[in-house]
Amino acid sequence: MNMEARPVRTAADEAFIKAFAEVGADLPGSANVKAQRAAAFGRFEACGLPTRRVEQWKYTDLRQFLREARPLAAPPGAVERQRANDAGRAFAAIKPRRLVFVDGTFVAEQSDLTKLDDGLTITSLADALAAGDAEVVKRISDSNVSQGDIAYALNTAFMAGGVVIAVEAGKHIARPIHLVFANCAEKPASIFVRSQVSLGAGARLTLLESHEAFGAEEYHVNSAINVDLGEDAELDHVKLGSDAAAAIHVSTTGAVLAAGARLRDFALTSGGAMVRNQLFVTCNGTGAIVDLRGANLLKNRQHADTTLVLDHASPGCQSRELYKSVLDDTARAVFQGKIMVRRKAQKTDARMMSQALLLSETAETDNKPELEIFADDVQCGHGTTCGALDEKMKFYLMARGIPADEAEALLIKAFLGEVIDGISSEGVRVALSAIVDATMDARGH
Amino acid sequence: MTPLLQIKNLQAEIAGKKILHGVNLDIGKGEVHAIMGPNGSGKSTLSYVLAGKPDYDVTGGEVLLDGANILDMAADERAAAGLFLAFQYPLEIPGVTTMTFLRAALNAQRKKRGEPELSSPEILRRVRTEAEKLGIDPEMLRRPVNVGFSGGEKKRAETLQMSLLEPRVCVLDETDSGLDIDALKVVADGVNRLRSPDRSMIVITHYQRLLDYIVPDVVHVFSKGHIVRTGGKELALELEANGYAEYVEEAA
Ligand SMILES: Nc1ncnc2c1ncn2[C@@H]1O[C@H](COP(=O)(O)OP(=O)(O)OP(=O)(O)O)[C@@H](O)[C@H]1O
Ligand SMILES: [Mg+2]
Repeated sequence: MNMEARPVRTAADEAFIKAFAEVGADLPGSANVKAQRAAAFGRFEACGLPTRRVEQWKYTDLRQFLREARPLAAPPGAVERQRANDAGRAFAAIKPRRLVFVDGTFVAEQSDLTKLDDGLTITSLADALAAGDAEVVKRISDSNVSQGDIAYALNTAFMAGGVVIAVEAGKHIARPIHLVFANCAEKPASIFVRSQVSLGAGARLTLLESHEAFGAEEYHVNSAINVDLGEDAELDHVKLGSDAAAAIHVSTTGAVLAAGARLRDFALTSGGAMVRNQLFVTCNGTGAIVDLRGANLLKNRQHADTTLVLDHASPGCQSRELYKSVLDDTARAVFQGKIMVRRKAQKTDARMMSQALLLSETAETDNKPELEIFADDVQCGHGTTCGALDEKMKFYLMARGIPADEAEALLIKAFLGEVIDGISSEGVRVALSAIVDATMDARGH
Repeated sequence: MTPLLQIKNLQAEIAGKKILHGVNLDIGKGEVHAIMGPNGSGKSTLSYVLAGKPDYDVTGGEVLLDGANILDMAADERAAAGLFLAFQYPLEIPGVTTMTFLRAALNAQRKKRGEPELSSPEILRRVRTEAEKLGIDPEMLRRPVNVGFSGGEKKRAETLQMSLLEPRVCVLDETDSGLDIDALKVVADGVNRLRSPDRSMIVITHYQRLLDYIVPDVVHVFSKGHIVRTGGKELALELEANGYAEYVEEAA
């Protein structure tokens, strides 16, 4: 049997092909960008949406989840923009610089572009692509980062909204930047957004990101972000996935770290029918430090997939991954983590952990850790745990007068605490804890 | 005057194994009853069944607290009704700080009784005051519940919880085990401070020494799942001298 054979095209594949034929030429970008779009789309066309036969999509059959490809989102009208004003409130207390995207379109008028911090530049992706900025173009094409992933290729083909954020060497941007994604259209749509973040040597930035819906329950978001960290640069990236109940959300983070750079990435997923967070991180310089964390709070038939590939390409780098899922009803969490340690990456210190708390007997978790180690002097490890709430602890709490649902909420928060406690910004920590609390409260119905 | 706690022919089993074979016990308001008995005789089982641990099946009998049957209540409702169990083996709860736990417990009980919730500063004040009396380092309050506490610290923490929650019926399951001589006195003082005409206690212990500090009104001998003898505080001395041999055989 030939597994490479091109599968039969689905309605969704056909719809994307039609859409690209119709609008591909009008998507923003100079000639070299258009060439890249065409090449990326060609890769998609050759194999269609990934199925579980594709190793990286083994537990998340995108073809099954995305049976219909919704039309590309129309530019937002006044109503949609108005709705977006309520988006991203979870981080309001931190007073971040809001960059607002309505149905994927960057809306400069609703964004805070005043008094940019010294050394910070923010450009809309469309403008950067149209200008054919060599740096920007180079980052798009970095197929190493995505390892030829088809969802990412589809993003390259259709990307329209987004921003390019650059911080000059040595500049510490005190005020966090918040990418506010508000999906407000009444009709189900497909949204492709791409952003780029590059920090010069020693620069620092906190980037927040939130995804919410104020319109249709159903839509498809394919979001990508390219991160480029110079020597000793530090980026904190926190993503909140609060999509609508029927939303399909695929997100790709591709990050390349120079020597001594630090990346801290955190994703909290509580919304969406299917969410895939894929991260491709490359430690390209000595002594880079990577800390990837995530929490999934899922119920009903929600499905969340975290797939990461961590490439230790240089010596002396450290990576930590900690992912926790709380699963109720028939929810399912997938964790696939691959750590590669190249031959020259001696003294690598890599540790990966995924844990699941099952609140129902029908919830499910799949774990696939992989270590590919070519260096000999390294410390690498991974672990997985999966269990139910501890009944003895629950009884102890109840014996002190705490009602069952509150006791469970305390234990669930305790389980998640470790992931959230590691976040450096107190404001962000408080905001995330509040979201977890609200999700817990909603759980009690 | 009806007893505050009435246990009538209580029978219970776990995993199909019958442990309690008809326990009868009446405790009047303000009384302290000690229960002594051999290992494995069912003393902790009795305390768990009273507190509402779901692992046990009650197969017969009644437990009335102030006349109301508590066997139909969930553990949290029993606690709010005034029942407190100081655990023989207090649980460690990683990730929940002692302060958060105490606040949740206090306010949950108050809420259920229709009393106004206490503010965080007020709770902190009360906790500090009681902790100081029990010689508990305030630093421990910031740590997760019982995690890494020594055996004695756990027992002090149980006593702290009991003092704060001001229950009507206290069940102390070997609260003296794991305590050094000085700590035993501190904890016993804490328990004695709680003695009042409105509050009753069941003190389960293996050692007469505790009963020198917490002087009981009544002493019961528990063997093979029920009470086999009842007497005054001098019964504890007799047990200390002669052991349980007599009762184990009697009940057999
Ligand atoms: N899950 C269980 N399955 C079967 N038997 C059990 C279970 N839990 C407890 N038992 C049994 O119940 C009996 C009573 O135990 P319990 O802990 O109540 O005794 P105890 O009087 O408190 O003893 P100690 O003085 O040692 O604390 C013991 O024989 C014990 O083995
Ligand atoms: Mg016992």
